[in-house]
Amino acid sequence: MNTPLRRVSLAMMVLVVLLMVNDMYVQVIKADSYSNNPLNHRTLLTEYSEPRGLITATNGAPLATSVATTDSYKYLRQYPDGPMYAPVTGYFSLVYGASGMERIENSILNGSDDRLFVRRLSDLITGRNPSGGDVQLTIDPKVQEAAYNGMIAAGYSGAAVAIQPSTGQILAMVSTPSYDPNGLASHSTTTETNSWAATNPTSLSSPLINQPVQAAYQPGSTFKLIVAAAALNNNVDTENNADLPSASAITLPGTSTLMHNDDGETCPGGSGGMVTMKQALAASCNTAFATLAGRVGASALAAQAQKFGFGDNLSVPLSVVPSCLGPSTGGNCLNILNGTPGLYQSGIGQLNVQETPLQNALVAATIANGGVEMQPQLVKAILAPDLSTIQGFTPQVMNNNVMSPQVASTITDMMEASEANDGTVNKDPNITIASKTGTAEHGNNPKNTQPYGWYDAFAPGKDIAVAVVVTSGGSFDLATIGAKVAAPIARLMINAEAGGS
Amino acid sequence: MSAPVPAGAGAAAGTGGSTAGPGAPPTRRGTELALLAFVAGMVTVALVLVEANQEQELTMQIVYYGVAYLGLFAAAHFAVRRWAPYADPLILPCVALLNGVGLVMIHRLDLSGLATAAAAGKHFSVQAPKQVLWTAIGLVLFVLILAYVKDHRTLSRYSYTFGLIGLFLLVLPGILPSSLSAVNGAKVWIILPFFSIQPGEFAKILLIIFFASFLVAKRDLFMAAGRTFLGLELPRPRDLGPLVAALFAAVGVLALEKDLGNSLLIFGIVLVMIYIATERAAWVIIGLVPFIGACLLSFHLFTHVQQRVANWLDPFATYNQIGGGGQMAQSLFSLGTGGIFGTGLGAGHPNLVPEASSDFITAAIGEELGLLGLFAVMMIYLVLALRGLRGAIAVRDTFGKLLGGGLAFSMVWQIFVVIGGVTKLIPETGLTSPFLSAGGSSLLANYILVALLLRISDSARRPRPGTSSRPKLPQAPLAEASTIMVERPQ
Repeated sequence: MNTPLRRVSLAMMVLVVLLMVNDMYVQVIKADSYSNNPLNHRTLLTEYSEPRGLITATNGAPLATSVATTDSYKYLRQYPDGPMYAPVTGYFSLVYGASGMERIENSILNGSDDRLFVRRLSDLITGRNPSGGDVQLTIDPKVQEAAYNGMIAAGYSGAAVAIQPSTGQILAMVSTPSYDPNGLASHSTTTETNSWAATNPTSLSSPLINQPVQAAYQPGSTFKLIVAAAALNNNVDTENNADLPSASAITLPGTSTLMHNDDGETCPGGSGGMVTMKQALAASCNTAFATLAGRVGASALAAQAQKFGFGDNLSVPLSVVPSCLGPSTGGNCLNILNGTPGLYQSGIGQLNVQETPLQNALVAATIANGGVEMQPQLVKAILAPDLSTIQGFTPQVMNNNVMSPQVASTITDMMEASEANDGTVNKDPNITIASKTGTAEHGNNPKNTQPYGWYDAFAPGKDIAVAVVVTSGGSFDLATIGAKVAAPIARLMINAEAGGS
Repeated sequence: MSAPVPAGAGAAAGTGGSTAGPGAPPTRRGTELALLAFVAGMVTVALVLVEANQEQELTMQIVYYGVAYLGLFAAAHFAVRRWAPYADPLILPCVALLNGVGLVMIHRLDLSGLATAAAAGKHFSVQAPKQVLWTAIGLVLFVLILAYVKDHRTLSRYSYTFGLIGLFLLVLPGILPSSLSAVNGAKVWIILPFFSIQPGEFAKILLIIFFASFLVAKRDLFMAAGRTFLGLELPRPRDLGPLVAALFAAVGVLALEKDLGNSLLIFGIVLVMIYIATERAAWVIIGLVPFIGACLLSFHLFTHVQQRVANWLDPFATYNQIGGGGQMAQSLFSLGTGGIFGTGLGAGHPNLVPEASSDFITAAIGEELGLLGLFAVMMIYLVLALRGLRGAIAVRDTFGKLLGGGLAFSMVWQIFVVIGGVTKLIPETGLTSPFLSAGGSSLLANYILVALLLRISDSARRPRPGTSSRPKLPQAPLAEASTIMVERPQ
């Protein structure tokens, strides 16, 4: 009987080897797929078992904190000024995952980032409770509050962005209506589900959409800044050369379609039916700028727009949808359709031109910075739990010659003239502002749809550039024009940053 | 082993072995005690890790637990020293380690169970103290068997009684009304006023004793050649009786008790024991054919079998169904999250797997101790079974060989079915891991099993009284064991 017994011992070894090989498949080869399966709550439980790092404003004010609880998820994420900062912080939810900076900087906040490795090791040895690193943002609460409270008080839907032109630091990023990330971060599934449903997540106008970077709107007349830059950069025209038509309406070349100035007025200040670029920009004359765009040409206009950042997938590090001149084909959205009539329409920021509020603020910031475009950035610093700096802020040049300093200075001059026509609500007489308004028609029935009201501005010498868009709301409705709705908000932001200094 | 020994060799050995003291083979009891102390140290460290990671207070009590644990197994050790001095020295430490790791893991699951229940405002009954009690009772049973079963051959006298009781115990839960036998859908219990038992665990051992005795008695009949078919010597149809009976019992258990695990377990053991007795592979094939047929048939007949197979093929497809793949998926998550090195004792979330302390305790070990920890556990089982089998090879009587072989194989076969189920190698069947899983029946039965293995290995190495000329062969099994490794045919 010993031969079969020995064979049985061999069979037992084979059985155990089979188990081991299979276990290796499960615990090594398939391990990542199992541990990252959305149905596997272990990763979440581990994430929640340690305090998550803070997200703070530039002055250190906490925007997202971790508070110890008594339930099985040991730390609760809280957002002291939830809705105001939600576009930046995003949410951190058990059920719905994470968004915004919570998602982008997750590895820092939960402490798993390689840059925190040494720290984790020492936590392990000293037995200190491991925790994540902090993320300090460039957001300036003064500017953010001014914009958010202004938008909410007026009942506007829309977006507001402020950038520091010399460094690219994003000072404010507001999207209204907003949502409260506290509800989504609740440990109660019911609260989470209800909060999620309240944001109407499948809607195109859901508050979850971070409009400054995730929504692109027709920029309307604010796009004339890019047309002006293209014309001046390419020596197509000069500031004071009266060679643009002042007619209240022109026929688009090769068609019978008429293009009107706002309110059907003749461009003021002209002589002999002609106005200068400065006069046309100050009064935002469509006929003049459509003609100017025609002279610049589609390729030169597209090239100038590209220099400003159109067509790029920016990362700030929130990802920014590209701003476009035409439909997106083959990774390129800078082709203006419909020949010269299309170019005329695009020249006043209509047709297929779509711009994110961030991009529009970047246009103003670049002009303010003498034609040097700084990479917009949201992260000021990444700090270890002991507040030592792991990564600081380095300004980065995105494009050092979007336009020459002379061109930038010329456009600034024209924008200061424009500001004189843009009303005086919330205006601080001690602050010089250079601005451009925009009122963009959109939708299938533009005459009966509230237009997008834009305002691009910067305060020369004050290092702040803003873009505000009001997409709906307020008491202006169809009469919305950028100067009336967006400008007062933008001025609040500029005053918050530059006022009193 | 039992070959006639040349006179010279016998005389040579006899010179050393004639006097009881120096010539007798070493008992190796000192090795056993040292290993037990080492195991006690390891289990204590494991307990400290659990307490630290679960943020419990680290007090001197842990040391007392370690000492108490060592005391319990030291008592078992002295019983072995007294009643089975020549028994294999590795078996008891292996058992102690498995039981200790099981206790630590059950305690660890208790802690998270308490925390979860406290958060939900519910009551949670801890399992670790019960498991300690059952361990103590199991060790008492272990000592009683060593003390009273002086020779394993006496068991064969009662083989038919054991066989009948075993069969009765096996089918009893199936016959009893569900109120007295069903827990969570599995009809494998006998529910008594103060506690419940899983009679299948005991039936397994009783049936192994019966089959060992039965096969030894009828061995000649089985060896008689029938006709030859395709090069296989087929047995005569009337000799197929026990095999058919085993098959019926297995399928009956499957049908009546919805218990895939026990039917697979018992049928596999019987098949291997018949092979050991007859030395014919033909029997294994003959047994497998109808078993596969029975499996296919039961797959078509029983929805619970279909459910298990569906859960096995794709646990995520049936994740949200009741009785669906959720448990299987959680087991895979547990193992996958553990990875190679594990999360560390007390630092994972094995409590998310339903039945983590009993059927799925190996998943908990895989999560917290990792692939390496689970490998170590499997190796301990393998060592335990191989040492048991070594006793069977060395023992002189055929009943002992067959009994030892059957018991040793049952250990590995059971963990194959259990861990194979937990790691999705085969459909999950719901058996306990010997010594690891929480549960009194499993612990008691396996302590009986180990006592019998020790008895057999003691009898294999014990110098025969009065036969001083008998050559001592303590080294032979070891030499053979390494030969086995080398001559692996595939």
